[in-house]
Amino acid sequence: MKWQAVAVNTYREAIRDKILYNLLIFALILIGGSILLATLTLGEQSKIIMDFGLASINLFGILMAIFLGIGLVSKEIEKKTLYTVLSKPIGRTEFLLGKYAGLLLTLAINTIIMGVGLYLALMLNQSRWGLSIWDVEPRLVFAMGMIYLELAILTAVALLFSTFTTTTLAAIFTLSIYVVGHISDDLMKMGEKMETPLTGLLLKGIYYALPNLSNFDIKGQVAHKVTIAPSYFFYTTLYALVYCTLLMRIASFIFKRRDLR
Amino acid sequence: MKVIEAEQLTKTYTLGLGQSPLKALEGLDLAVQEGEVFGFVGPNGAGKTTTIKILMGLIHSTSGTAKLLGQSLDNIETKSKIGFLPESSHFYEYLTASEILAFYGKLFGLSNNLIKERTLALLKQVGLESSAHLQLRKFSKGMLQRIGIAQALINDPELIILDEPMSGLDPIGRREMRALILSLKAQGKTIFFSSHITHDVEMICDRVGILVGGRLLRVGRLSEILDTGKETLEDYFIRIVQEGVTTTAERIA
Repeated sequence: MKWQAVAVNTYREAIRDKILYNLLIFALILIGGSILLATLTLGEQSKIIMDFGLASINLFGILMAIFLGIGLVSKEIEKKTLYTVLSKPIGRTEFLLGKYAGLLLTLAINTIIMGVGLYLALMLNQSRWGLSIWDVEPRLVFAMGMIYLELAILTAVALLFSTFTTTTLAAIFTLSIYVVGHISDDLMKMGEKMETPLTGLLLKGIYYALPNLSNFDIKGQVAHKVTIAPSYFFYTTLYALVYCTLLMRIASFIFKRRDLR
Repeated sequence: MKVIEAEQLTKTYTLGLGQSPLKALEGLDLAVQEGEVFGFVGPNGAGKTTTIKILMGLIHSTSGTAKLLGQSLDNIETKSKIGFLPESSHFYEYLTASEILAFYGKLFGLSNNLIKERTLALLKQVGLESSAHLQLRKFSKGMLQRIGIAQALINDPELIILDEPMSGLDPIGRREMRALILSLKAQGKTIFFSSHITHDVEMICDRVGILVGGRLLRVGRLSEILDTGKETLEDYFIRIVQEGVTTTAERIA
């Protein structure tokens, strides 16, 4: 399948990009640094490492998703590399799918590397206190899975903006969506309390239209061993899938009509 | 058989606020026959690249219709029989010469063995055998143009569309390009190429089309449109461009 060739090429581009390595190394240093931070506390070291480690994975994943995502299409147009690709028998939707899949693959591998780093940090901490190194919170995998779903949505947002605007504007728009996506619950509550019906309606509209990214943040619950219902994972995953599909459809609709001048 | 057909093809670009739209192409009627080398000649900004981009599906025409190999431009599968070199070659710089040819080969759905076989043959044909494992960021402009030609031929196309293929090439490179175009013609392929270098066009084209200000002013065999013995294509080109400009000015007046 042709989209796979585009996906592999997108992955190859990312792994040959030095910025990605810098981000990854920095993330691993931060995760490792969480061990030092944990020594400053009495007890609860694992929770500190988990909290700090997951936050690092989240932050660096978001940086990678946004800064690689915003260039997925716009950079190809700016550098004119798209002309030879789209003159081959590959549709524009298939091309977008390949670009998206390529970045998702890159993010998956990076999340796994950072996750392994976090597990190693936790195991090291366990051994320091004479505890079994295998006694590490297993639900960390779910927390990382949720982070990955958030990255998948942000990548789709960045890709959508990338189809019709410049790299700089796409970065600004995607960052704005990220920020609003994390406060959308508050927007809904504000909307309910608004006296002007129109403002309330507008805030509710934003709540439903923009991705509710706080749904994917279960770092605190996992670090503090709070129970999470399995249905929560199911519905959040479903939400991410539907949202990403919708974004990709809109991106395809726009990109198909665009003139590549 | 008509390999390229265009009827009343028009492209108008909408510009920024307060600016009037730009008519890049105006009612282009064109037919390129199978097996011929067709030169699409015109000064800078005449609409040559716009025409080619419409044919390759990179931009959408405002009105009119076009067909490639008898198929509508919307038919993506037709592109599996077409080779295309865009104006000034831009490729993924992080890939090596053989990697980029493998990538394009995969977009054509070619098997790995066939890609390997064609990559070796094409790199040899364009004189880049020794640079097969060199990243494109280290290539000179001329080398990039050569890899551009190689990627346009990876699928062994029936129709080859080249936008300014001589650009960036030194005299030896231009001579090799002319020889390559003629050898492709000898293999029965149709070649449509744009250029503003009339000397090259004169040497290899069966027919030429002269485009000025988005309008096709003349189409025909060189022997038909040139007053043999008295006029070169360059003289004719300059004369018709000036006439075209005058006509356009009269039309506007």
